[in-house]
Amino acid sequence: MLSPLHKQLLNNYQQDFPLSPTPYRDIAGQLGVSEDEVLQAFQELSERKLISRIGPVIAPNSIGSSALVAMAVPEADLPRVAELISSYPEVNHNYERENRFNLWFVAVADDDQHLRAVIDEIELRTGYKAMLLPMLADYYINLGFELELHD
Amino acid sequence: MTDELDYRLIAAVQAGLPIAARPYAEVAEKLGLAEQEVIGRLACLKSQGLIKRWGVVVKHRQLGYRANAMIVMDVPDVRIADIGRQIGRYTFINLCYQRPRQGDAWPYNLYCMIHGKSRDIVLRQWAELVDACGLSDFACEILFSRRCFKQRGALYRQVEPQELEVCHG
Repeated sequence: MLSPLHKQLLNNYQQDFPLSPTPYRDIAGQLGVSEDEVLQAFQELSERKLISRIGPVIAPNSIGSSALVAMAVPEADLPRVAELISSYPEVNHNYERENRFNLWFVAVADDDQHLRAVIDEIELRTGYKAMLLPMLADYYINLGFELELHD
Repeated sequence: MTDELDYRLIAAVQAGLPIAARPYAEVAEKLGLAEQEVIGRLACLKSQGLIKRWGVVVKHRQLGYRANAMIVMDVPDVRIADIGRQIGRYTFINLCYQRPRQGDAWPYNLYCMIHGKSRDIVLRQWAELVDACGLSDFACEILFSRRCFKQRGALYRQVEPQELEVCHG
C-alpha cells in the first residue's frame, strides 16, 4: 500500500528535487512531515523498487552518441537475439514490441564510430539487419508525468 | 561549458543520490569537492539542459503502468515541428522525437510514447490526441511493448565505467 506521503514523493519531485544541502528536510517542510519520515518513505520506495533512483536524466545526444535501434526477428529466434543484444553494456531499454519490427533497443556509445561498430557487430552476430533511428529533434515538453496512484 | 569534473560528477550521481540527511555532502566527499560546488554544478548542468531533469525516476511498470505504447507516425516534414510540439505538451506523453524515415519499409518520422495502466486507457488517450492534434490523415502504427529484456543505463566509457541513463536515444 502506498501512503499519501509516498504518493506525494512520487508525483511532486520528478522534475525539481531540491538542490540544497538538506533536500529531504526541505521536502519535509513543504509537506508538513518530519525529515525522518521523508527519508524512511524514500527508503521504502527504493526497497520496493518503485523508484529506480533520485538522480539525473541526461538529455539525449548530449553525451556520446545514441540511437534507437529496431530489428525484425523471427519469434523462435527472439530469445537468443534479445539475450545477445542485452549482453552489450552499450545497450539499454531492450524491449519486445508488437510489430513486424519486434525488437527495439537503445544503444549509447562514446561517439558515432563506436556506436556504428556495436551495431555492425550485432548485425553480424545475430544475422539480422538493424534499423538505426537516432533522434533528430526532441519535441517533448517535460511538464512531469502525473501518476494516478490508487491502491 | 561542461568539463571533466562535470562528467565525474554525473557519473557519481547517476546511480542515485544517497537517501541521507546531507546527500550532496556525501557525493562531494567521494569526489573531493565542497558540498556547495556539487550543488552549484548540478544546478548549472540542469539549467544548461544537459541534465534534462533532476529528481525521482519512477518505475512505471512496478507502479501499475504496464501498457506501454510507442506510436510512430509519418507526418509532412514541414509540419513536424508544429505537430511534435503539440503532442509533446500532453502530460500523458512520455517522449516525442523526430527520427529519420527508413524508406518504404519504415516511413515514419515522428515517435511518441504513452505509458498507461491498460491498453484501453492508452488507446483512449491516443484517440484524444488524434482528435485534438488533427492526426487522422497520417499513417501511423501503435507498438505496445511485450517483454522487457533489459532496462537500465548504458555504459559511458569516456570517463569511467559507470551506468548513465539517457532518455531513449
